[in-house]
Amino acid sequence: MDWAVVTANAPLLIKGLITSLKLAAVAIALSFPLGCLVAIGRLSHRAWLSKLCGGFVNVLRSNPLILILFWFYFLMPILIGKSINDLTSILCAFVIFFGAYFAEIIRSGIQSVGHRQIQAGLSSGLSYRQTMQHIVLPQAIRAMLPALTTQCILVLQGTTVAYVVGYDELLHTTAMIAERTGRPTEMYLAVALIYFLICYGGSLVSRKFEKGQGQ
Amino acid sequence: MRYEFNWGMLTQPPYSEWIIDGVLTTFHLALICWVLALTLGIMIGVCRVSNSRILRFWGTAYVEVFRNIPLLVQLFIWLFVIPQLLPEDFSSWWNRLDAVPYWTAVVGISFYTSSRIAEQIRSAIMAIPQGQFKAALSTGLTPFQMYRYVIMPYALRIIIPAITSEFLTVFKNTSLALTIGVMEITGTTRKIEAWSFRGIEAYAVASLTYVLTTLLVIAFMTWLEKKYYIPGLIKRDTGHH
Repeated sequence: MDWAVVTANAPLLIKGLITSLKLAAVAIALSFPLGCLVAIGRLSHRAWLSKLCGGFVNVLRSNPLILILFWFYFLMPILIGKSINDLTSILCAFVIFFGAYFAEIIRSGIQSVGHRQIQAGLSSGLSYRQTMQHIVLPQAIRAMLPALTTQCILVLQGTTVAYVVGYDELLHTTAMIAERTGRPTEMYLAVALIYFLICYGGSLVSRKFEKGQGQ
Repeated sequence: MRYEFNWGMLTQPPYSEWIIDGVLTTFHLALICWVLALTLGIMIGVCRVSNSRILRFWGTAYVEVFRNIPLLVQLFIWLFVIPQLLPEDFSSWWNRLDAVPYWTAVVGISFYTSSRIAEQIRSAIMAIPQGQFKAALSTGLTPFQMYRYVIMPYALRIIIPAITSEFLTVFKNTSLALTIGVMEITGTTRKIEAWSFRGIEAYAVASLTYVLTTLLVIAFMTWLEKKYYIPGLIKRDTGHH
């Protein structure tokens, strides 16, 4: 093995890594609010809204990310009527797909708070909004933190799927370098190590949140 | 939106044959991976809760490595890196196999999934009251017998929902095998789209396959869960021991 190929291509790898991290960050920043809306919709008393949001979550969760990506790649230009850039299609697919996963986490977080808390809040004279804001959500968010952190790691792992449409995130960059230099062994092991360090770090954070709840 | 549908083309060769092949490939790939991952996952999960410090350490290391590297990266490593690190004889035998991408996908997806299943097994075992372990041992069972006859039948029932969702995850993850050249259903519909420019029809076939299978599996597992329900076990989520 000759690790010089990795150090020689370090600037490219770093650029790829930053692209991956940015992609994950934007996907999280947009899919989290979407997940909140869908979760609230699912818990709504209006049957049609709750069914609609439930259907959205179930359909997206039963399809693989790669297929959702192909859907958007093909559909977006037809729907909009003009071709759009790769990044937009990728982001749309990621936001919708991970929005469904965030919605499930948020829904179970809100449900974990329990009915009595809401009743107690309402009967002490708070409005529904105040009950949500001061009683339910602070507890729900604390309960959700470990799962949310894990999901963020999964989003970062999911960005590798953008490889299939040739978007220059970390994995695609690595594959290009591996092909050009003819040294796949060193390149793929290096990129595995990079992902491992980041995701393992994330899982430690998630575990810390989990421990905090034990009390 | 201007798009003329042509659903009929899906029933015509070569597309109809491709679709059947693709669906079957997805199914047997998912099943093989799931069985392997379950076997491996149970063993690793037991290691994770064993009394031996060494077993616990390796169990944990295994889970952390396989779960914190994206599956796609793992597939590439199994395809490009591992055969080069193994002895010459083995790699030349391996590379002469007919379906190297397929078996690479089997290995890669199985290892990845086993780490997730191990975690489910671990938390299921931890949810079993300590008294069960002590009672089993004090009736004279060996540790192996204790796991085989007392703990596992208990744990496996508790994790039926988790194992269902793992099967569905494997089922969806087989789609990543298209990146290393396995023609499962997503890869097939991608190919149909490239040939015919009819993405909506093609991808609808793939999506329908996934959605219908998900519904069927969930229905089956709900039935299974009811059938093997342990009387007195109130609810799996409430018991924190």
